Formats: sequence, C-alpha cells, structure tokens
Amino acid sequence: MNAMSDLLHLRGVRAGYGATVVLEDIAFALPERSSLAVLGRNGVGKTTLLGTIMGHTTLHGGAIEYRGKEVSQLPVYERSRLGMGFVPQGRWIFPSLTVEENLTVAGRPGPWTLERVYDLFPGLAERRTHMGNQISGGEQQMLAIGRALMGNPALLLMDEPLEGLAPIIVDAILGVLQRLIREESLTVVLVEQSARLALEVTERVMVLNRGCIVFSGPSAELLADPARLANLIVV
Amino acid sequence: MTHAGGYVADSRIRAIEWLPWVLAVICFFAAPTYVPLGSYVLTMIIFALSLDLILGYGGIITLGHSAYFGAGAYAAGIFAARVTGEPLLGLLVGTLAAGLLGLITGLIILRTRGLALLMLTLAITSLCLEVANKATDWTGGADGLGGFKVQPILGLFKFDFLGKTAYLYCLVVLFLCWWLVRRLVYSPFGASLTGVRENNVRMHAVGAPVYQRLVISYTISAAMAGLGGALLTQTTQFVGLKVLGFELSGELMVMLILGGVGRIYGAFVGPLAYLVAQDYLAKQFPEYWYFGIGAMLVLVVMFARGGILGIIDALIARVRSRPS
Repeated sequence: MNAMSDLLHLRGVRAGYGATVVLEDIAFALPERSSLAVLGRNGVGKTTLLGTIMGHTTLHGGAIEYRGKEVSQLPVYERSRLGMGFVPQGRWIFPSLTVEENLTVAGRPGPWTLERVYDLFPGLAERRTHMGNQISGGEQQMLAIGRALMGNPALLLMDEPLEGLAPIIVDAILGVLQRLIREESLTVVLVEQSARLALEVTERVMVLNRGCIVFSGPSAELLADPARLANLIVV
Repeated sequence: MTHAGGYVADSRIRAIEWLPWVLAVICFFAAPTYVPLGSYVLTMIIFALSLDLILGYGGIITLGHSAYFGAGAYAAGIFAARVTGEPLLGLLVGTLAAGLLGLITGLIILRTRGLALLMLTLAITSLCLEVANKATDWTGGADGLGGFKVQPILGLFKFDFLGKTAYLYCLVVLFLCWWLVRRLVYSPFGASLTGVRENNVRMHAVGAPVYQRLVISYTISAAMAGLGGALLTQTTQFVGLKVLGFELSGELMVMLILGGVGRIYGAFVGPLAYLVAQDYLAKQFPEYWYFGIGAMLVLVVMFARGGILGIIDALIARVRSRPS
C-alpha cells in the first residue's frame, strides 16, 4: 500500500491506559474508501485500538498518521476536526439533550447535514424533539452513528455498534453501514463481536490477540474459512 | 439542574415567557416607590443570568463571579469619572473590561475542574478586590468611587431622582441580555455546554472542543456580569469595594439556587424572591433578617432541588397527572 494514498497509517503503536500497555507493535495502513473489521475475543484490545486512534488512551510508542500527518500528539477534538468520527461502545447519548441537540452537539460544516442524517435514519426525524433517554436502544445507536456523521468524518471508527440490538435493528444498521461504505465513500473501522456480520460488510479484517495482530487479510477469505476464523478468535 | 427542554422543542418564545416583562412594566406603574429596588433587582437578574450560563449550562462552579461584576462596575465608574459620562459608551467599556478579564482568567482557570477551579475563582476575586483597594487614585479605595455624573441616555433621558429612567434603562438592557442568553442556550453551542456539564469526558470523546467552548461561555458570562456591574454603577452613580466581595458571589449563587439553576428564568425568580424577602425581612426583623434568608435556602436545598421554579414545575406536573 502506498503511504501517500493511505487515510490512516499506524506504525509500531504501543498504547494502553496510564502505565498499563494493552496494544503492542500495532502496524497497519488503511486506504481511502476502504473498510476494516477488527475481531478478537473480549479484552484483546479492540476498543483500546479505536481509543488510541481517537486519542483517548496513553500512547507509549509508535506513530499514527492521518492523511500523511502525524496526529498522535493532537487532542481528540483536533483529530475529529481533521475527519475522524467515533461511534463509541455504549452509544454515549446525552440524556438531557433532545435527539436533534445530540446530533448537533459536536457537528461541523460539511456534506453531512441534519437533513441527510434524517434521510439515513427517518426514525430519528420523527423523534427529533424527544430527549436522549426517551428513545429505544436501536434509536440510540442510530443517534450515535448520526452524531458521528454530523462531524463530517472521512474515517468512521465504530465500536460494537450492533451490541445488544434486536435482529431487525441489526439488519437496518448493517444496511446503513453498507451504504456508508459503498455509496458515501467513507472509510470504516468496525470493531464487532459478531465476526460473521462484520466480515460480510467489510473488505479487510484484522484479528487481535493479547494486544497484537495475529491475522490480517481479506474479509472474504476468513468468511469462507469458518474453521480458521474460529481458531483465530478462540486462540 | 436540568436543561428544561431542548432548543428544537422550545426555540420559539412561548406566551408564558412574556410574563416577566409584562410584570416588570406593571410594577413600574403600580409600585413607583419600589422602582429603585426594582432597578437593583433587574441588575442582579442580569448578573444571575450570567452565572446561570456557566453554572447551569456549562457546569462551571464558581464563587468568584463578582470579580467580573466588579471589573465592569469599576471600569464604567472610572470611565465616567475620567473620560465621559456617556452611559452607553460606559456600558460598553464595562462589558469589554469584564469580558477581557474573563477571557484571560478563563484561559488559565478552566484548565482545572472541581475544587481547584472553585479555589481559583475565589483567588481571582480576592486579587481584584485587593487591586481595587490599593489603587485608591483610580478606585477611591475603601471610600469608593463617586462624584461622577452620568449623562442622559442617548442625550434624551436624564437619570431622575425617583429612579424611573434607571429602571427602564435596566429593563431594556436586561431584555437584550435575556435575548442573547436565550439564543445561546437554544443553539447547538448551548447544547454543547449542557453536554459538557452532563459529561465532560463524553463530550471530549465525541470530538467537541470542550475547553474552547468553556472559555467562550466563560468570557460571554464575564462580559455580561460586567455589563450588570456597569449598569449598577451608572444607576447609583457610585461604586464601592462591595461589588468585588466574595459575599456578593455567594449571595448571587444563593439567588440562583433559590430560583432554579440551568433554566434561564431561575435567574429572574431567584434575585426577585431573595431581594424582596431581604427588603421585607430587613424592615420587619432588622436584627434577624438573615435568618429568614438562611431558612429559605435550607428549605429549598433540602426539599426543592430545582428551586422555586422546580416547585412550580412539580405542582403543574401533579395537577396534570390528576385523573379528570
């Protein structure tokens, strides 16, 4: 992969929380308009990886480049300004703000507007004046994705967006994810427990174990080899 | 301490929101002897609104807001004494001086949170008080600054002995402050302040520039407090060290808690209830009037966390929930 065309490039990243190191020697490149699934058991460092890219963790070594620019010393909001969007695990909706306020609270000018987010999630438009704690879990997840889009990102980091959702909502959100990747040309990093679902919507996959990358390749390859997939994730 | 309704739902001015203005005009005609007290109440409402913006919406706990009120008051007084008594220019000078002080101090103190922030706000007030106390050539020191004349507003409306011009002047300035605060609160910027108050870490995580927004809101709040201070100087034609005192900051906090924090109109109800109660109790029980204020605050804090407006909200909810 040519570094010049990479949207995101991690080189030898060591990171964790305070003095505790969770990720060891993480290196990968992510081209523009690509999609990457990050898989692995609980506690292997998937959420920490996204947190490190966004700037929520302690970086102990290595470099994080976004569009060729070193960003590892930038605060979170400056990374967001450069085009990184984050959909956190647990959604992090503000309960005392309305749906629309939740969407605009960290919004930035760009192609993604309220109208476009409502077009993507018509259910949110109907509930625009409801408070954040007055909507369902599925709607909260849509709101978290919509809020990230309102920041007009080029790179969308999603941490278990399908967690705890009803199958019908999972299908709806997967449909949106596919649209974002294929039609809206977003680069997506998807951390997901449900390996099959993640592999179906992404082009490439990375499997983590104990903070290290143990597999990296096309998603279709792993999807076609369930035994290998099971072996990698259960290692 | 909840943000009562989002800007999406409530951005239009509801009929009930005109009530304070109607009452203010009625009081002007119906109770002419209370007009000077009314001017002071209106000034304190501006001051309380400024505090509500940072405390109620931004979650910045401060006991030093009188620093900005005092800075505006002294700047307007010094300007009137040494340059010109033109009142609108004086207001502008008071507002800018307090805003500048708010920006400089905000840039430093808003890097901290909690107890450290509280202590720093106290320190700033103490520093300002000491500067005003020592700079006697400019501020009059402990004797205060007086003897300056404030010219008629727009060259037309003279400040009269009964305080009627002052009252209407304060009312117009308060209306503009209310309009500004309302616009801020019911905007994405206001929503982001609520987000910061609710969960500072979460706001960082979603990529909002938390520090910048806090500094901006703090500067606006300081400027508005300074505007209130300048207004007090012009309407009383005197400014003393009390405007920079820690007691005033404490009283302001009490007024806001009494009215209801983070709801705009708590800043209207609180100072009115506090100052009217103070006026009444001081006349009836000159030695024990502060006991009445203290009892009122204890009752509100223990039984009505949302202040007087919270009690009204609860009563309305109870009436609405009754089966018809």
